[in-house]
Amino acid sequence: MSALSFRNVWVEYGSQIVLERVNIEIASGTFLSVVGPSGAGKSTFLRLILGQERPSQGAVLLDGEPFPAEPGPDRGIVFQRYSVFPHLTVLGNVLVGYEFEQRPVTARLLGAARRQAIEKSEAMIEGVGLAEHRDKYPSALSGGMQQRLAIAQALARRPRVLLLDEPFGALDPGTRTQMHALIKPLWRDLKMTIVMVTHDIKEAFGLATRLIALDRPRRDPQAQERYGANITYDLDLTREGAVPVLGFLKPSAGIG
Amino acid sequence: MNIAPARGSRILLAAIPFFLIVMVYIIGSAERRAANPDDKLLPPVSEMASTTKRLATEPDRRSGDYVLWTDTAASLQRLALGLAISTLTGLAFGLTVGLLPVAGASFGTIVAVVSMIPPMAILPILFIVFGLGELSKVMLIIIGVAPCLIRDMSIEVQNLPREQLIKAQTLGASTWQVAIRVVLPQIMPKLIKSVRLMLGPAFLFLISAEAIAADVGLGYRIFLVRRYLSMDVILPYVAWITLLAFVLDLLLGLFARKAFPWAYVEEPR
Repeated sequence: MSALSFRNVWVEYGSQIVLERVNIEIASGTFLSVVGPSGAGKSTFLRLILGQERPSQGAVLLDGEPFPAEPGPDRGIVFQRYSVFPHLTVLGNVLVGYEFEQRPVTARLLGAARRQAIEKSEAMIEGVGLAEHRDKYPSALSGGMQQRLAIAQALARRPRVLLLDEPFGALDPGTRTQMHALIKPLWRDLKMTIVMVTHDIKEAFGLATRLIALDRPRRDPQAQERYGANITYDLDLTREGAVPVLGFLKPSAGIG
Repeated sequence: MNIAPARGSRILLAAIPFFLIVMVYIIGSAERRAANPDDKLLPPVSEMASTTKRLATEPDRRSGDYVLWTDTAASLQRLALGLAISTLTGLAFGLTVGLLPVAGASFGTIVAVVSMIPPMAILPILFIVFGLGELSKVMLIIIGVAPCLIRDMSIEVQNLPREQLIKAQTLGASTWQVAIRVVLPQIMPKLIKSVRLMLGPAFLFLISAEAIAADVGLGYRIFLVRRYLSMDVILPYVAWITLLAFVLDLLLGLFARKAFPWAYVEEPR
């Protein structure tokens, strides 16, 4: 299970308030899209779940438990760029997750353990359609293939939550559609929670089961930074017909 | 800008400046010899060749050594020791200072300050502290090269995209694992690049130290025969040192391309 909850979360940098009073319960298995204008705290929202940042007030909980304030293997991430390691081949990029897991000192697998891990990695690579590229370095892959590799790599450790930080933002429209077709079945099969930050509204509605918009509900023209962003829309996308608006704290979206 | 020479003409074009320098030298040398048969400043090529042959193939009358080879071996040993220790220090400290904010805060400034000390200014201190033996010469190279390498490497580590370090952590990597599997392999090609650039300074420190206090070595020989104005020894020695440095640089470059093919994929040849 992998339910996320934000309890009265504030994030402040000095006098600048980025997020204020964010309360949300994200049910396990939700595909959540986060949209909003630039500077509305979308990335901060993601970094809170990642553990790269701590809330100034309040708490972020994973299945009701606070988690360590550093990135860990229960939360995978795919960034827009620089997500894969340029010095490892496609296979090496996926394999390295297993090597981190099983060899704390050398971080290298040998012999039977390695063969087993290679088998698992190859299955992941096959799953994202990169089987014939397994021995290439990322610089020889196209942008879309690199992002597919990043997804395979992030899924190798079976994270409970997968975070996507504008993962398809740098891709051309055709490739983007292919990526959408790839990510949805993966999410359905692995039954994990996905939180995706995006600028593409169509993508946000097309993939997600729930969508939130972050924005600053109040503005002080003399001191823009004194009011932080909050969740201004919270939409349930699982039902048929017109999009109903959820209450801010109603965790109802299940696996679609 | 858009006219690029083909491979054959590229070699020819590269050879032209060398050819011109040799021509100018030969003409100048002949002119001076014509005016003064005892001229020592620009010895003819034939004289340099015979001197080099004597130094390389005949044992020295006093010591029985083949001077060119004992000098080369002594100098290269000092250089290799100095560079190897500097490289290891640069890599280990640079990685630590660059990767760990605590280490960066503690040692970043001191490394920046130390790398600004002119190594030649503390050469007397090295001679006093480490004596006139091999140690002081190797130390001079280390003190001249290592701080720059530490700084270079720590900057390279900090230039790695932050996303990669976070990604590695989400794959379950500890700090140690990030260091050896993500950071170390990625800065290796950059380390070799920095070492190649430091070859020049390393030779400078080596020759300076040998010139001041040594009894064998390439720099020692040049400064020894300077008293007799033996340009027929000095010039071939300078050419030999240049060749050694050039070959070292070339070998390091080839090694980097072989060992880290991923770092050179997009580079046009």
